[in-house]
Amino acid sequence: MDAAKAGDRRALARLLSAIENGELHIQEPQRNDSDWKILALTGPPGVGKSCLLDRLLHEWVDHGLRIAVLAVDPSSPRSGGALLGDRVRMQVVDDVERKDSVYVRSVATRKTSGSVPLVVREMAFCLLDVGWDKVVIETVGAGQSEVRCAAVADRIVLVEGPARGDGVQAEKAGLLELADAVIVNKSDLDGAQRHADELRESLHLGHEEAPEVHLVSALHGTGIADVASTLLSVEQSTRAGRARWRERLLSHHERQLLQHIKFELLLSKIEEGLMSFDEAYAELRNGNE
Amino acid sequence: MRGIQRLFHNHQSNPRDMDQPLRIVIAKPGLDGHDRGAKVVARALRDAGHEVIYTGLRRTPEQIIETVRDEDAVLLGLSSLSGAHGHLFPRICETLREHNMGDVIVFGGGIIPEDDWPPLFEAGVRALFGPGTTSEEMVEFIATAVKRDDAGVGHGAGWHWNPSA
Repeated sequence: MDAAKAGDRRALARLLSAIENGELHIQEPQRNDSDWKILALTGPPGVGKSCLLDRLLHEWVDHGLRIAVLAVDPSSPRSGGALLGDRVRMQVVDDVERKDSVYVRSVATRKTSGSVPLVVREMAFCLLDVGWDKVVIETVGAGQSEVRCAAVADRIVLVEGPARGDGVQAEKAGLLELADAVIVNKSDLDGAQRHADELRESLHLGHEEAPEVHLVSALHGTGIADVASTLLSVEQSTRAGRARWRERLLSHHERQLLQHIKFELLLSKIEEGLMSFDEAYAELRNGNE
Repeated sequence: MRGIQRLFHNHQSNPRDMDQPLRIVIAKPGLDGHDRGAKVVARALRDAGHEVIYTGLRRTPEQIIETVRDEDAVLLGLSSLSGAHGHLFPRICETLREHNMGDVIVFGGGIIPEDDWPPLFEAGVRALFGPGTTSEEMVEFIATAVKRDDAGVGHGAGWHWNPSA
């Protein structure tokens, strides 16, 4: 821990592995400011999250910030393995001027996906604790555990792109209600402006305050500087806050269940028809003896 | 404190958690634009249950080592089809040792003539896989290497994978 605080990146990487393997726990650090410390960048596959994040990192580093990235990717449910490729798109880690201010770590969701959000949360705390200014969690907004990884953050930014169907599609994914800001990427392509308009319209249908919708092109860098500085001071929307606490509570509950000593045993009993779901759940709720 | 202990207990009692996936970096050093082989290997290792981080094309030794360091990888697989393996692989091994990362296990593959193998083993590369290698063999090498305590690149020349033995 001391080595990691002193800037030893290998020691830091090891600490994060220990958290990932469930060998180490980190408490939530004390905070005395209202700025966000953890930001989630989420959205459907292929909308350009990594590319956009790369651009944002360039901007934020030039603002004098030191930023760590946790890039969450799904593990194969069959083999438990994972292919972690987000790093390929992060050119900032190769930038001699900026690479010391950026740390990128790939995180696989592994088999017990229910505990991933809490692991990611502790990894983020660890990074803040050893002195990184901000942590960005990058995650595909598809699948429950990925959505819950996003819910770990203080602020959630939803990334969208053109040709993603109408605004209702975004609504369906359940991410829109968690977002504090929305970015429509690929503004250079046809339909991006229309998609942004549709999202704004869809967001304003509700009675609550709506998050801002920004239009950018990560490829060409259009609108990036503005969005980068806006995001640094983005406020938490009350409506998103509630949904986020809900996700956090649910992931906490899920982890409690998964950590129960008898979990696998009860699962086998259900599988063999010896127990009903209600009976198994009642036993799980009794807690570990 | 109680939380920590309970997690440990759970970890012991659940046999599925015992075999944590290994973190492996697959890298393309140098000016070589062919990564089909590297991608096939990455995929095969993923299917064997490992977490594979692919670096993308044309990485320098320093970039590769920074990736291994930041990602806390246990193994590093180098792919080369350009003929520069004789320079790049030993350079990467040396840089790992310089950065106090001697416990990382290095293996290689691609188009590497057998005559070139001895100096690479000498440099600390633990296995070389040419065309026609099965993914089973690679997976077996990895399982064997991580159990040995002399497989890290820091041990220099010494043990290397020999499928016929």
